[in-house]
Amino acid sequence: MSFIVIAGAGRVGSAVARSMLAAGHEVSVLDEDPLSHERLDAGQPTTWEDVGGRFTIGQAIEAEALIEAGIEQADVFIASTHGDNTNLTVAQIAQKMFNVPSVLVRVSDPARAEWYAAQGLHTICPTRYAIEMFEDALNEVEG
Amino acid sequence: MYAIIVGGGKVGLNLARELLDKGHEVTLIEQRRDRYLAMEDELEHVAQYGDGTELWVLERAGVQRADLVVAVTGDDEDNILICQIAREKYLVDRFIARVNNPRNRQYFDLLGIKPAVSATDLILRLIEHEVPQYGLVHLLDLPGERLEIIEIEVSAGSAATGRAVRDLHLPEGSIVISVLREGTGFVPKADTVIAAGDEVLVCLDPGLEDEVTTLFAVR
Repeated sequence: MSFIVIAGAGRVGSAVARSMLAAGHEVSVLDEDPLSHERLDAGQPTTWEDVGGRFTIGQAIEAEALIEAGIEQADVFIASTHGDNTNLTVAQIAQKMFNVPSVLVRVSDPARAEWYAAQGLHTICPTRYAIEMFEDALNEVEG
Repeated sequence: MYAIIVGGGKVGLNLARELLDKGHEVTLIEQRRDRYLAMEDELEHVAQYGDGTELWVLERAGVQRADLVVAVTGDDEDNILICQIAREKYLVDRFIARVNNPRNRQYFDLLGIKPAVSATDLILRLIEHEVPQYGLVHLLDLPGERLEIIEIEVSAGSAATGRAVRDLHLPEGSIVISVLREGTGFVPKADTVIAAGDEVLVCLDPGLEDEVTTLFAVR
């Protein structure tokens, strides 16, 4: 079991948070918007906290908020806010300031995702997957 | 010199004007359409429209041949990324970053983005200069180089008053480099006698400030 801290509970962050919690991991979510907590609860019979999840209100860039969310104990840190540059900065903070062993970072821009991956960050680029899926689908249609 | 400025707010725009006035080549990148259009009216081809944290936008501006990159957007993460990419991907030697929120300064330090300039810090420094505490002014702080220069007004009744420089018993790691007396500055000798009302400049290792100050000023 790992302790996973997720900064940014949008569609991606909250879905990953729920599936990781269901898989038996300890999960703590950080988001500046209290409403994002509802996304964690949506469609569930019980609340996020009832099933053992943690939620902290704060900005991913604030060290105090990261600490409150438990980054100092985290085995895995996921930066999945809506801002590429926030994610890339916070991911480096997690690595260099808090020495989190495993850091994953969402980057929408394929160019930045690729370059930062070459610098040693584990970037995940949803745009890249969308492009590939469109290309595959079109190839099938054209087929 | 070729300078790329990212962020066309008041800081970026005025910097661009000044650098152009001094005869430098400048590109100013702004991602807000309305701001860009206003800039383009005035600065024409100097203004470029786009997100300066995107690689192709920086490349279009010619970042590879830039002598200086200035990141002065209103977003600290953007400014960090711009400098990091300019330095590590495009090997730009010199860059300056703006710190909007002084709390984020630690991240600029963490990632080696310097110099990083914060208006709040600068104004604080000015306030310190205008309203010196115990007659103490920080003239230079280079924490990285472990060097500090302070200016202290010598108050009557302090331990230093009436003593020669050689008898001051300054802590090791500090030295009086200049004395300002009646509007004139001079470099003191060992037998220069310190008088009340003098302003002394002391060069010191960080951490010695309190010890040095108590010699010259009465609290």
